Parts: sequence; structure tokens; C-alpha cells
Amino acid sequence: MFRFLRVNMATKACVFEDVPQEYAGLGGRALTSTIVAREVPPTCTPLGPHNKLVFAPGLLGATNSPNSNRLSVGCKSPLTDGIKESNAGGQPGGHLAKLGILAIIVEEMAAEGEWWQLEIDKDSARLVPCELGGLNNFAAVEKLVEKFGKECSYITIGRAGEFKLTAASIACTDRELRPMRHAGRGGVGAVMGSKGLKAIVVNPAAGSNHPLEDEKAFREASKRFAKALTTHPICGTGLAEYGTAVLVNILHEAGGLPTANFTVGQFDGHEGVSGEKLNALTKERGGEGSVAHGCMSGCIIRCSGLLADKKGKFQSKWPEYETLWAFGPHSGIDDLDAISRYDYMCDDIGVDTIDVGVAVGVAMAGGAIPYGDTKAVLRVMEEISEGTPLGRVIGCGTATTGRVFGVRRVPCVKGQSLPAYDPRAVKGVGVTYATTPMGADHTAGYAVATNILNSGGKLDPLSPKGQVELSRNLQIATASVDSVGLCLFTAFALLDNPDALAAVVDMLNAKFGWKLTGDDVVTLGQRVLSTEVDFNRRAGITIAADRLPDFFIDEKLPPHNTTFDIPEEELHQTFNWIEEKK
Amino acid sequence: MRLHIKLSTTLRDYVSGYEPERGLHLEVPEGMTVGELARHIGLPLEEIKIVMVNGRHSEADDAMRDGDRVAFFPAVGGG
Ligand code: SF4
Repeated sequence: MFRFLRVNMATKACVFEDVPQEYAGLGGRALTSTIVAREVPPTCTPLGPHNKLVFAPGLLGATNSPNSNRLSVGCKSPLTDGIKESNAGGQPGGHLAKLGILAIIVEEMAAEGEWWQLEIDKDSARLVPCELGGLNNFAAVEKLVEKFGKECSYITIGRAGEFKLTAASIACTDRELRPMRHAGRGGVGAVMGSKGLKAIVVNPAAGSNHPLEDEKAFREASKRFAKALTTHPICGTGLAEYGTAVLVNILHEAGGLPTANFTVGQFDGHEGVSGEKLNALTKERGGEGSVAHGCMSGCIIRCSGLLADKKGKFQSKWPEYETLWAFGPHSGIDDLDAISRYDYMCDDIGVDTIDVGVAVGVAMAGGAIPYGDTKAVLRVMEEISEGTPLGRVIGCGTATTGRVFGVRRVPCVKGQSLPAYDPRAVKGVGVTYATTPMGADHTAGYAVATNILNSGGKLDPLSPKGQVELSRNLQIATASVDSVGLCLFTAFALLDNPDALAAVVDMLNAKFGWKLTGDDVVTLGQRVLSTEVDFNRRAGITIAADRLPDFFIDEKLPPHNTTFDIPEEELHQTFNWIEEKK
Repeated sequence: MRLHIKLSTTLRDYVSGYEPERGLHLEVPEGMTVGELARHIGLPLEEIKIVMVNGRHSEADDAMRDGDRVAFFPAVGGG
């Protein structure tokens, strides 16, 4: 029942293939990265015909495991020029898994200016000319729902993807058919746009949960995992009540909340954009807002509340911490409603809130937008959708924006912008930014947990000691979590409760009839990272790219007045099992 | 000595009239420890996961100094 779906945008052939033996046992990120590494020439033009766009649900997709229906999207990134995996919640991951599709591989390109949609049902798939060109995500999905109904799920790009902007994202619909769960990072939306693929319609009818080798054992392990999540203070209640925005106040307190383009680690207006404020405002406004909302079936953590406007009408999902930060402290804005509006626009136009939000603050540093000016930012966001030159610059993300406006402090690694933790005050995540093959990305090895949140142990965030090892272990674990299809927010339980990881391993064994141990999970993570690093080396990205921009090393960050002082030789030990070719 | 105290999320419910923007400004005896302060303002110790004094992680028996800023957090996380 398990197959790959290969879609050729030039010939329009959609072919189901048996899964080749060498991909057995892979899912999610492990699968997208392995396919990309084998099938995409590393030196190819990312927005050309030789790049491929791969979608893959995780190993525990279409089971009753909690929080396991994420969808990984892989390709060569037009933003970093290296390998990319970006994953999203929403419904399509679970739906594809139910149809027995382990991966969709989209290759070649349609003729310039043509838009196509890929329609997938049980046992059939076709490319059909698409009339939604020019529409942003919400309008496009509305039209698709009219035609295909509410039971399907949808994967779309907005105008940013059509323009092939390097910060363009791919949107997945949530349970209420809102295109608000994005594979955001690395310009995956531009790759989809370059192929001429505007939308994917996934009809899960006649699909089913995956067969389990040992149903009883699976049920028991799944229950244990659910219990580990619901009894954990962060996974069980914290994220539901306050969203990821709960981090604003604690990062401010720790002096690691990058403010005014990474020049200070604290923001005076932090309370106004905090998780506490979001919670209070949501309750106060009532209406269509709601505390605790899950973005995909099977989510029991429910971090993604909904915010109503002053009249009680749906305004947007709760902005993630990174979104709040990028448009907020980083850009000198403390107006939650304004930020929520930008978040909605990012979802609609289809851009990464991090790379675009950081670009906005960098444009402010370069004098292109007045610092803290909410109206000017709104205008710029509209310009992304209009495709004006300024809009396209911002929509290409931070690195491009910094270059265009002559900014000295451009917070990027491998062309991708840093997220919401200053590496001088949270040094462990600095190691992750510098070394992950993805370009700066906190999710690749979330050392913030141990540096700041006392989760998975404690390690002084201001000291360079032990940070490389911490980041290494987290990057390995994360590569595995991303392959299983688990939402990364399960990681707090995985870090703190040994039975959570044991339960995941038991579920994998019960599903596939394997005999994995915890060590095999480490081996899988290492294998994924080795594959990704090797792709980057073959693409011409050397270990010299594993570093932070100079200003993090040269300039002290108030209030702690620390610099990023982990020597490059140490950073280069992060993947110490990989032998670098001389 | 005078302290500036900030509370996060659910810990705010234990101090009636807590104002998020302002926090608490309290006069307490010299040499008070972080744990004593928590008890003093009525926070259940088992709910406190993280304490920062002037932006640095601290433990329950650390003493504080005049003018310190102290922040209490339950388990919080995101990403
Ligand atoms: S925890 Fe949040 S991001 Fe993860 S699946 Fe649930 S709603 Fe989505």
C-alpha cells in the first residue's frame, strides 16, 4: 500500500512507484533529505528544472500516535543554496499518509507562466491547469474548497511563491481549512512556484490508518506517549494557555530577546507582545478567538490559539514567538494587533514570518522603513503581494534586504536569518545557528530549552562551556523527531521524561515490527545530518560557512555585555563523527 | 532592601492585584534568599521552575542584594 508519487511538471506524468529498498524505514526529514541528496544535483540552480520538491509525512503519520502528522518539505534551497527541510502542521501530512503516499517527488518545470494543480485521491493523481494564478492563499483555498469540499486538505503558494521570492513559504490548511500552517523556511514556496505548481489537493477519502504489526503494543505505547505529553507542564497546559509567545517575557528577562536589529537583548515593550497578553486579550475579546487550538488532527498540545479582533471576529492565529519577535522587538513595534495583522498577511501572501520579519527590522536599520512605524510596515507587506521592487526585496528575506540597503549587521547564517534568541546571551542556540546544514534555524537544535528553560537539564547560557556538545545532541535528536513526523513541541516531554522517548521507540517497533533501541534513534539522526552535510559540501558550501556574522563576535550585547566567544575550531567539532575531506 | 519582582503566567494568580507592566516593588529584610522571597509573597515553591536575578539563573538559597530584579517562572516553553 505504500508508494511514492512522482510528478513531472514538464510531461505532466503522475506515476505511483514502489518504494525502492534503499528508502525503507525512512520518513519525514530523513526521507526528503535522502531523496534530495540522491536525486538533486547539488550544484543545480535551485529555481531550475533539476531541483526537486519533495513532500513526505513522518514514520508515525496516519496512526493514533499524538502529534505525529507533520509534513516535511525538502529541496535545494534558493535562500541558502544548500539542502532544506522545512516541516509544517495542518492536515495534508496526515491525509497523504492515509493514502499510503510516503513521498511526493515533484520534478522538472511547467512552461513559464503556466499554473497547475495536482489532484490526489486514493490510487490516482493528475495535473490539471489551475485558474488560481494571482491569488493569495486564503482566496485560493476558498475557491478550492468550493470545488473539492471540506473533507480535502490543501497545499498552496501565495503570490510570493509565484514571484519566486526566496522567503516564500508553502501553506498547508489546518483543521478549519485555513492556510495557516507553513513550511516557512528556506524559500520552499519559490521552488514550488518555479515548477508552476500552484496547489495540491489531497482527498483522503478511502484512505486509512496504516497497518500495525502489533496493534496492542502500539496502543499501549501511544497511551504512554499521550500521558507523557498531557502530564508535562509545558506540553500539557503551558503551550495551550500561552502559545509559544510565552517566551517573550522570559527571553527579555534573560537578556536574550534581540531588539532593534540585535543591538540590545531587552525590549521595553515586552509585556505588550507577551504570551500573557495574548491569553488575556483572547479571553477578553471572546467571539471567534480561542485559547488552545490544535493545528492538525491528533494534536493534544494545542499551542495555536486564535485571536479575535475588537469586534470578536477572527483576526488571525496566535502569532508564534518568532513572528511576534521579528515584527515586534526586533522592529521596535509593541502593538499586538498590528503584528497579528502582519502574521495574517505573511500566511496569506505566503512568506516566512521569520525571514521577512527580520528583513523588516534590517530595512529599518538601513533607513528604508522608519523604526517602529506600524503603518509603514503594513504598506511594505502589501507591497510584497503587489510585487513592487521594495516588496520583492523584503520578500526575498533578510540577506537580500541587508545587501540592498547597505546594512552592516545582517543576522544570517548561510543566507537564512537568525530567529528570536541572541546567540551572545543564549550561546547553545548560537552553535546550532552556526552549524546546522539548514542555515540559521533554532528548531534544528533547540538549546534554548537547556540554556534558558531548565528543560533537559541546565547549562549556563552565557558561558561557552558545553554548548557544542549540547547543540550536537539536540541536532541529532531533532533530526530523528523530524523524521518520525512529530511536532517539535513534543520535545519538552522527550527531554524531561525518559518514558516519552521509550514510548516513541515502542510505537515505531509496534508499527513496523522493528527492534529499535534508543541508540538507533541516535544513529538515524546522525545519518540524516551526515546526508545533509554531504549534500552541502557537494554544493560547494564548506565548513567555513559554519560561523556567525562578525558583529556577534565583535560587539557586546547589553545587558550582559557578552559576545559570542565559542572558537570556530570548537564549532567545527559539532558533527564530530563526520570526516571532512581536506 | 528594595527589590523589583516580576512574575510569569500562572504565578501571577497568587498575588492579587499584580500589575504585569509594573511588577512588584517590595521592601524586604537584608540577605533574604530567593526561596524565602517566594514564600514571603505567597508563591508555591513546587510551581517555580526558573528564577532569574538580574537576568541570571538563580537557586532557592541564593541571597539577593538591594536593587535586584527578581523574576519567577513556572515551567514555560515554546520555540
Ligand atoms: S503543538 Fe502547535 S504546532 Fe504542534 S501540532 Fe499542535 S498546534 Fe500544531
